[in-house]
Amino acid sequence: MKKLYSVLAVLLIATMILTACGTPAATEAPAAVTEAPAATEAPAATEAPVVTEAPVVIKVGQVTDLGGIDDKSFNATAYAGVEKAAADLGIEGKYLESQQQSDYAKNIQQFLDEDTDLIVTVGFLLGVDTATAAKANPDAHFAIVDYAYPDCWPGAVVGTDCGSDVALDNVLGLTFQTDEAAFLAGYAAAAMTKTGKVATFGGMELPTVTIFMTGFQAGVEYYNAQKGTTVEVLPFTYTGNFESTDDGRAFAESFVQEGADIIMPVAGPVGLGSAAYCKESGSCMIVGVDTDWTISAAEYSDVVLTSVLKNMNVAVYNAIQTVVDGAFKGGVYTGTLSDGGVGIAAVNGASAELVAELEQLKADIISGAVKVSE
Amino acid sequence: MTDKTVKTTPSEKKDNKFDLRQIFEGSYNTLLPLLAIFTGLVIGAIVIAGTDATVIEAWKNFFQAPGAAFAAAWTSIATAYGALFGGSLGNPKEILAGIQAYFSTGDSAALLKSIYPISESLVTATPYIFAGLAVAVGFRCGLFNIGAEGQFFMGALGSVFVGYSLKGLPAIIHLPLALLGGIAAGALWGAIPGYLKAKFGAHEVVNTIMMNWIGFRLSDWLLNGPMKAPGYRPVTSAVSEAAELPRFFPDPLRLNWGFILALLVAWLIYWLLFKTTIGFEIRTVGANPDAAKYAGVNIVRNFVLAMVISGGLAGLSGASQVLGVDHWVGQGFSAGYGFDAIAIALLGKSHPLGVVLAALLFGVLRGGATRMQSMAGIPVDIISIIQGLVIIFVAAPGIIRWLYRIHPAKNKQALQSRG
Repeated sequence: MKKLYSVLAVLLIATMILTACGTPAATEAPAAVTEAPAATEAPAATEAPVVTEAPVVIKVGQVTDLGGIDDKSFNATAYAGVEKAAADLGIEGKYLESQQQSDYAKNIQQFLDEDTDLIVTVGFLLGVDTATAAKANPDAHFAIVDYAYPDCWPGAVVGTDCGSDVALDNVLGLTFQTDEAAFLAGYAAAAMTKTGKVATFGGMELPTVTIFMTGFQAGVEYYNAQKGTTVEVLPFTYTGNFESTDDGRAFAESFVQEGADIIMPVAGPVGLGSAAYCKESGSCMIVGVDTDWTISAAEYSDVVLTSVLKNMNVAVYNAIQTVVDGAFKGGVYTGTLSDGGVGIAAVNGASAELVAELEQLKADIISGAVKVSE
Repeated sequence: MTDKTVKTTPSEKKDNKFDLRQIFEGSYNTLLPLLAIFTGLVIGAIVIAGTDATVIEAWKNFFQAPGAAFAAAWTSIATAYGALFGGSLGNPKEILAGIQAYFSTGDSAALLKSIYPISESLVTATPYIFAGLAVAVGFRCGLFNIGAEGQFFMGALGSVFVGYSLKGLPAIIHLPLALLGGIAAGALWGAIPGYLKAKFGAHEVVNTIMMNWIGFRLSDWLLNGPMKAPGYRPVTSAVSEAAELPRFFPDPLRLNWGFILALLVAWLIYWLLFKTTIGFEIRTVGANPDAAKYAGVNIVRNFVLAMVISGGLAGLSGASQVLGVDHWVGQGFSAGYGFDAIAIALLGKSHPLGVVLAALLFGVLRGGATRMQSMAGIPVDIISIIQGLVIIFVAAPGIIRWLYRIHPAKNKQALQSRG
């Protein structure tokens, strides 16, 4: 009891001291803003002296969707591109996390107020607000991950239902031909399966998700056509969310029961649950998506067959590079195998023969000799 | 947190007057929340300084350069709070310059830019006012409505459905209908636990939480199924323009009639609670259900009624957000307005005026958080920490009294804790 009192006493004293210095902080802080002629720059100046010394520093701001900056998925990957640019190109990179729908417009506006040179928005949920801001600020530059304009369907109201019915020349849409890479992964999976059955599932039935799955299936079918095998892809299913690792585990378990031994989860962190199940049961392998899972989910690297890489970080980095060079152009960027926008990681346990076949197949897809989709 | 304080003495005259003079007369009814806010901000400042890398570096050399250590902490805190309040209230100098520019040249651009922060704070405060009132009405009847979040979602879905499915109506009909759609959906979501409590004694805390989950999953399904807009995104269509709450200023300012409506509804709830028989009965049941029953008050009816009003208000909160700000509903529509509302009702002592003030405070904190995150690199989560601290201090006033050596005035307002 005595100890408790002394702890409380120390806490009290600490509070008193900090009350003494804390009080003016709350009351005077707005006053400090008033004194500074350029209010928007004053706090930044104290924080990063670089800004005052070299006012030409390019500013890049990323607005996340609801997943947050550390979602181990596309927000994090895109921001990795910003961070690399900060290190290599000397830009100033920042991010704002959106906690709810109404934050998207607000966060974009905050970056506009700071005269940010490139605003990177992530995901289709920001599609409308990004286009609205881009139209209202034709001098500002935007890049949006996994989205492109025009995005309207017949009858949609521009500005609320969809972002823009025309292409916007100050917005660069960053899209990815992930089916090309998933095709290779499907081919590898068909070559490596022992049970003759493979599976893939998605978080939701969105085009950015299903493109992985259809590419994967096409790769398996191509392998069957080439080798005369009958490797089967189990019917597509969806967890309905991008969060529940429990769902990932349950889906993997049921796929294994149906005879599959290679599974590609296209559902962000949900797939980590599948990987955990494979590691514990030793009955399946995982095809990772977005990043190389032997690095981003290193604890499961022994059950990762390969990963379908969607190099959003590279695309974001390249977009920043164009801004730095003063050569930014709106439109649509499509990452492909040929420019390294998509790719696959090394295949775990692949024979030299398979590696050579995959190299050849990659070259054929790039040259157009092999069509990934009709 | 499941405890709450209810005044048992029916000193109603004194209780329902939210008199600012009480602050100076030392009444802890209003002084304690203010001190709680203040203490929350102070501890928030410590957290800001304590998590700032440059401050930590400076404090490592505390014994060599104590001045530098304090200076670093000071800079960190001043930057953060400067950005927080600059981002929520705006820069007075810019506002003045904007007004001057408007009157001298008629150019409103500078003025609109300068009042953007205040506008955003009020936009954020609007759903907080409705939701805070929702929880407050529950408290007044002795009910702990944790389901405001689910009711908020249902209200948003109800109003967005009325908003986009009806076409060609004039605003004078469409807008009230859309608002009613939100109220009805929220009220239904509140009525169910209210009825279960009244009829079967099922605890409303458990049932409102469960109704939250049903609401969340139902909205997931609706957004991916029946209510999904054309195209592939799991979001609803946008409401017709006739169903939107009109905005006062051009984009990007989003302040709309929802805020005025919130103030009107707060007054209405005040009137209902303190000037009508219905309100008296609700409060009597809240103060002492047994006594109320003995006095001939219908407990069942009042439990259900309070939950219907509460749910309706939470639904209206969601409706105001969708019709005034977002215009469509997608996943992650709310960042926990319904849960923050519990804090607001506590901080506002379940009085409509107190709720409005508490909601404005939360609006300012949330409104400035964006700028603080961007300018000072402080995560928005610090705002949640400050809010949490304020609530702890409000819920446990003993801490504040002990900290600031305030002895409860010798009035007869005994406090009683009820679960």
